[in-house]
Amino acid sequence: MPKILTAPRMARCIGCDSCMLACARMIYKSFSPHKSAIQIRSRGGVMGRMVANICTACAEPVPCVEVCPTDALTTRDGGRGMVYRKAECISCHKCVEACPVQVIGWDEEEDKPIVCIFCGQCVRFCPHDCLEMVEVE
Amino acid sequence: MLHDDVIRVLHINLTSGESRVERRADLFQDYLGGTGVAMRLLDELVHADRDPLDPAQPVIMAIGPLTTIYPVVTKAVATFRSPLTGEYGESHAGGQFASALRYAGYDALVITGAAERLVYLLIDGENVEIRPAEALAGMNVIETGRVIRDRIEGAGHRSIIRIGPAGEMRPGCSAVRYANVNVDTFRHFGRLGLGAVFGSKNLKAIAVIGQQHLDLPKDSRAYKKLYAEVYDRVLHTDAMKKYHELGTPANILPLNELGALPTYNVRQGFFGEADQISGEAFAENELITKRACAGCQIGCIHVALYRRPFAPGWEYESTLVAYDHELVYAVGSLLGVGDRRDVLRLIEDIDKAGMDTISCGTALAWATEALERSIIEPEQFDGIDLRWGDAERYAQGIAAIARGESEVARWLGQGEVQAARHFGGAEFVAAVGGQGVAGYWTGYAHVLGHLLGARHSHLDNAGYAIDQKLEAYTDDAIIDRIITDEGERIVQTSVAICLFARGVYDLETISRALDSVGIQRSAEQLQAMGERIYWERVRLRERLGFEARLEDIPERFFETPTPRGQLEPDRVSNMLEIYQARRAAAGPAQ
Repeated sequence: MPKILTAPRMARCIGCDSCMLACARMIYKSFSPHKSAIQIRSRGGVMGRMVANICTACAEPVPCVEVCPTDALTTRDGGRGMVYRKAECISCHKCVEACPVQVIGWDEEEDKPIVCIFCGQCVRFCPHDCLEMVEVE
Repeated sequence: MLHDDVIRVLHINLTSGESRVERRADLFQDYLGGTGVAMRLLDELVHADRDPLDPAQPVIMAIGPLTTIYPVVTKAVATFRSPLTGEYGESHAGGQFASALRYAGYDALVITGAAERLVYLLIDGENVEIRPAEALAGMNVIETGRVIRDRIEGAGHRSIIRIGPAGEMRPGCSAVRYANVNVDTFRHFGRLGLGAVFGSKNLKAIAVIGQQHLDLPKDSRAYKKLYAEVYDRVLHTDAMKKYHELGTPANILPLNELGALPTYNVRQGFFGEADQISGEAFAENELITKRACAGCQIGCIHVALYRRPFAPGWEYESTLVAYDHELVYAVGSLLGVGDRRDVLRLIEDIDKAGMDTISCGTALAWATEALERSIIEPEQFDGIDLRWGDAERYAQGIAAIARGESEVARWLGQGEVQAARHFGGAEFVAAVGGQGVAGYWTGYAHVLGHLLGARHSHLDNAGYAIDQKLEAYTDDAIIDRIITDEGERIVQTSVAICLFARGVYDLETISRALDSVGIQRSAEQLQAMGERIYWERVRLRERLGFEARLEDIPERFFETPTPRGQLEPDRVSNMLEIYQARRAAAGPAQ
């Protein structure tokens, strides 16, 4: 069963940036929280609520996979979400535009997309248990 | 600066409108960041012969080498000449500011000069703009933040620091000398009047947007491993538990039980209604969420729902107010206010006007007693007759101080020490060395800590904790502990960690963390650097008028019993001598 990232308990979020820093550090070799496939935002300022912009792991047909002109993005086994192969990517930006929830970021230095690989590092470094990896059919 | 052994200083001159970036290898080598760098830059740029509110005076802000990239390294350190004391000013703030500055690509900011009209600064990476803010004149800190946030909506990490009306230069009245700078709504450069310095420069706010990319080191294994280790120590040991659970107001009940909660302008150390304003009571009834500074997994910011009826027919209005021990003390026990909603109301009023809550509380406490003794009269104070526990009158007093129109209101805006110098009543100010004290009445170390430190509640030593924990409570032991605290903390604040994580970041851990990102400093080297910074700061403070004098402690503090008994002037004098002898024997390093 493939696992996908979910954010079921965002009402507990304290806005610490720890998940973004974890994704940047563990996956994108970066100190910078904007190089992260999970982005935490406050809606209505810090007095508002916290929201997580994360990959929803679309079911087939996966929109970003559909538009990818190469094999850089392919559907994961089990049909939810995608597998990313950086070596195949031609930096066309089509996946960014196709993402229905607009969570594919762009790494300006690498000129490549920032996509979730469903590794769960952000879950490991969330202090308030806001995030969860969930097995899906 | 990561990967580059320099401090990148952004200089902005508000008079000429020019900005430039300076790369300082010497600052990085000798001062590292935070307190060290901010102190050194102030030393270079401050004018000892000019008023604190002279446009030529600089405002310095510095972050540290590990800012945001290690857990709980969240602080920006500001230095300035304090308009409250006339002396060295150092104030630390969390929020998103330090992080935004890091990703904007700067280690330090230097602001000099004054704009002709009210302005705000936008620092968006390389792009620095001075934008008009006349439309924001008189606007409270919440609205100011909202308006600027709407203007700069977009990507990247951002922070908006701003002053309220109390800090602004207004025709016919002077700024409140303990006006603060609000940082991202819930945090502050609180103490010693940085907000008034902003006002003197016609600077309403600074917005910082950071989007710079910083690569991990080529071999990042040690960094990732140590990050995870520190993360686990922060979250899964008792090191920081207290700050996460009830937060700092966890102190209210235990202090009260000891007789160490300053009450009624420090006429006593216990408050009959403490259980109503305890951390437990706030948590059970008003706490709705916690918030964190960028890069801190603790989330000590306790946010209360301040909900109150405004008309018959179940009409309610609600706002969110962050509360902390010091605030609950300053407008609670110190003023005899024992109702939680009243406490939240007063915190909110002071905060929106842009004033330091502790200093405003100690000014109101002095004024209440001065009115009781007819040293001042309501007719001199907008007709307000303050009474212990009467929140409505305190709210009027807060508004009056922020307006600064009546004679007493203006003097209270200079701080209770100046007010007492003018009207009389210096014997009962709740202040040491020109600044209102933090919320403890524990004994000698607390009072001495205030007198000796850079006059920030917990910056240089935790005197209140020494009083509570020290077993052999001798003069020598007390001074030993103060000096030990100072030695460790000056390194920690030069790395700009949050001092709530002081138990996690011992010098060895700091050394390893620096090493993991390519900065080599042994624990011994850090210690030596701390000593050097300490002495340079002593000299700078002396140049700006500092002297540790017994006379700077009010008589009241020798009358009200502490858990360590009634304080004796002779013992304080003796400890001051021991301190100076001990310090002189160990240094000063030239």
